[in-house]
Amino acid sequence: MATATSTAGLTRTLRALLIPSLALLAALLAGAVVMILSGDDPMAAYSGLFKGAFGDGKGWARTIRKTIPFVLTGLSVALAFKVSLFNIGASGQFVMGSVFAVAVGINFEGLPFYIHLPLALLAGIAGGLLWGAIPGILKVYTGAHEVIVTIMLNYVASLFGGWTVYAGGTQGQTPGPLWDRTAGAISETPDVLHSAQIPWLFGPPYRVHYGVFLALAAAILVWWLIFKTPLGFEMRTVGHNMRAARYAGIRVNFTIILTMALAGGLAGLAGAIETLGLNHKFAPEFGGAVGFDGITVALLGQTHPIGVLLAAFMFGALDGGAATMQFESGVPADIIQIIQALVLAFVAAPLIIRMIFRLRQQEDQDAGSAVSTSWGGT
Amino acid sequence: MSKNAPVSAFHRLRRRYGNTMIVALALIIMAILVNMTPLKEQTWLRVLFGVSALNFTLRATVPLVLGALSGILCERSGIINIGIEGMMLAGAFAGFVAKTSTNHWSLAASLIFSVAAAVAVGGLMGAVHALFSIRFRMDQIISGTVIIILALGTTSYLYNRDAIAEGKFSSIPIPGLAQIPVLGPVLFDNPPITYLALIMVAVVHLGLFYTRWGLRTRAVGEHPRAADTVGINVNRYRYINTSLGGMLAGLAGAFLVLEAVGQFQEGMTAGRGFISLAAMIFGNWNPIGALGAATLFGYTQALQNELLLAGVTQVPRQFISMLPYVVTIVAVSGLVGRVRPPAAEGKVYETEGSA
Repeated sequence: MATATSTAGLTRTLRALLIPSLALLAALLAGAVVMILSGDDPMAAYSGLFKGAFGDGKGWARTIRKTIPFVLTGLSVALAFKVSLFNIGASGQFVMGSVFAVAVGINFEGLPFYIHLPLALLAGIAGGLLWGAIPGILKVYTGAHEVIVTIMLNYVASLFGGWTVYAGGTQGQTPGPLWDRTAGAISETPDVLHSAQIPWLFGPPYRVHYGVFLALAAAILVWWLIFKTPLGFEMRTVGHNMRAARYAGIRVNFTIILTMALAGGLAGLAGAIETLGLNHKFAPEFGGAVGFDGITVALLGQTHPIGVLLAAFMFGALDGGAATMQFESGVPADIIQIIQALVLAFVAAPLIIRMIFRLRQQEDQDAGSAVSTSWGGT
Repeated sequence: MSKNAPVSAFHRLRRRYGNTMIVALALIIMAILVNMTPLKEQTWLRVLFGVSALNFTLRATVPLVLGALSGILCERSGIINIGIEGMMLAGAFAGFVAKTSTNHWSLAASLIFSVAAAVAVGGLMGAVHALFSIRFRMDQIISGTVIIILALGTTSYLYNRDAIAEGKFSSIPIPGLAQIPVLGPVLFDNPPITYLALIMVAVVHLGLFYTRWGLRTRAVGEHPRAADTVGINVNRYRYINTSLGGMLAGLAGAFLVLEAVGQFQEGMTAGRGFISLAAMIFGNWNPIGALGAATLFGYTQALQNELLLAGVTQVPRQFISMLPYVVTIVAVSGLVGRVRPPAAEGKVYETEGSA
């Protein structure tokens, strides 16, 4: 983790890339076996997948578009991992970020875009920050395990998001505060005002927006935070050995709460970017899944911000090509979910990969930080 | 101060089973009071404690308590199992597939076969979790997550929307007992998996605390090295218990498909596996305590249901639906230092000298 000489750094980088690449390969092979077993043609599926993800400009646009939220939710989970915290709550934080961003985005008509857009993005970050801070605070002050709390908060967030855009019921239930009055029985918000939309980098039909650069900037910022600041050093120390960190005078409780809040903020930013850049409104069906996939992306990226970028791109390609794959080969797009789960399995258990590809066991390194600190908490 | 017998009994109950038993007990007393006295004329009391609310409570409790028992078996032997949700879902799906492919059999045979399939697939998922955590030394929380994501993906991939399961388990009133007012219709007029779940609470409790297997399981979860020293095969116990735990989660899935709903729905476990985990923690890793906690969480689900049915419009329905999740958070937060997980939980056990 610390800086090393450049050659040692290079071998380390190569070694870090080895397991994830092999895990991805193994998952694709295993996915092919699943397809053969259920009577589908894996060759047709994978060529459809590749074509859908990289076949033409639209394919590339789709892949990049799908990559953006994966980067941010992956960073969210990876950052928490650095402190040995398991943030399964990225999907709830994503929803809260979307809701907060859209609340600002559909109001405040007349604001210039250079104020309105940042305001809406900040609101999204704040929503996620809040939703991430809760499990951190509860962990520190009550010992409640963040895994259970974040999962429960996912359900609460999704219900809360549903309520804000609720169209009202037939028995006179009041509609939600963000509901679009012109939408009839459909539960959704009005469109985000132009001044709060993230502008297109390539307009329709490509639909790639400037959020790409926000995601890249976030990755660099997280890298800088973790590896180049005193705070990041404290985070890594807490993640490595909480007791030692406490003896060394590091504010463990503060670090835990701050990390969870920042992780939530990243996922919230993902929601805000999706809402302001792509969907331009919020409806209950937006969001959710990318939060869970953030776990896989983080682990595939070896919880390193640069690794997360690469992993998110792989996942963006898998998701971007899924529809074309189903259209061209008839293989249900759900196979992608299985492949993603297998990626997670293989990358989290380097021993399986070493066994399959007959690699020698290395002494020092093993993927992923330990999060199984049991339910007892701190 | 002299020891006051009832107080010490109360304390013992509390220490062993956590606060959940007291809550559950209070619930039962309220229910009897409300249903047996003129209090039942009060609408809001009927909503809170009526027979319908209690019936729903038990129905909501069954998958939770089975999930909690699943967690207890795994964790008492030292394997953290957050994959209960996935094992439940896989079990539910297996039960559904088995039911749809045996629709032409007699109903009883088809249902029993489907339960067996659900339990078997649940057990298989448990075995996979054990394999990941023990043989491949995967982080146990990650392994549980893999189980969940794998179950979600596989069941959606294989789910055939045209398939329909015909028939589900119906109630079997227990002669005599079912005629008891209030308690009879709530406790003794239920479909078979409900009875089975309650029996399993007793079985797991007796097994864990009064048999050699139970003693060894707990030893493996608390101090594997000591257990190993006296000749217990630590990892074998972990494999067996995690697979058994998977089977219980599979049974919970069977309950959802074959007894409660009658059909499969994607993601139909809806967080029950995780609430089970909270029930396990809240019940202090003790089957009876877990039953109390599961009843409490089941009750919040029933309450949610009753309030929606009663047409409460003052509070938005989404907020009513948050109830079970919020109560779960409050429950796991109100436990500062009061619960103690098995000591060796989450750690890979390696014999000395092995690489």
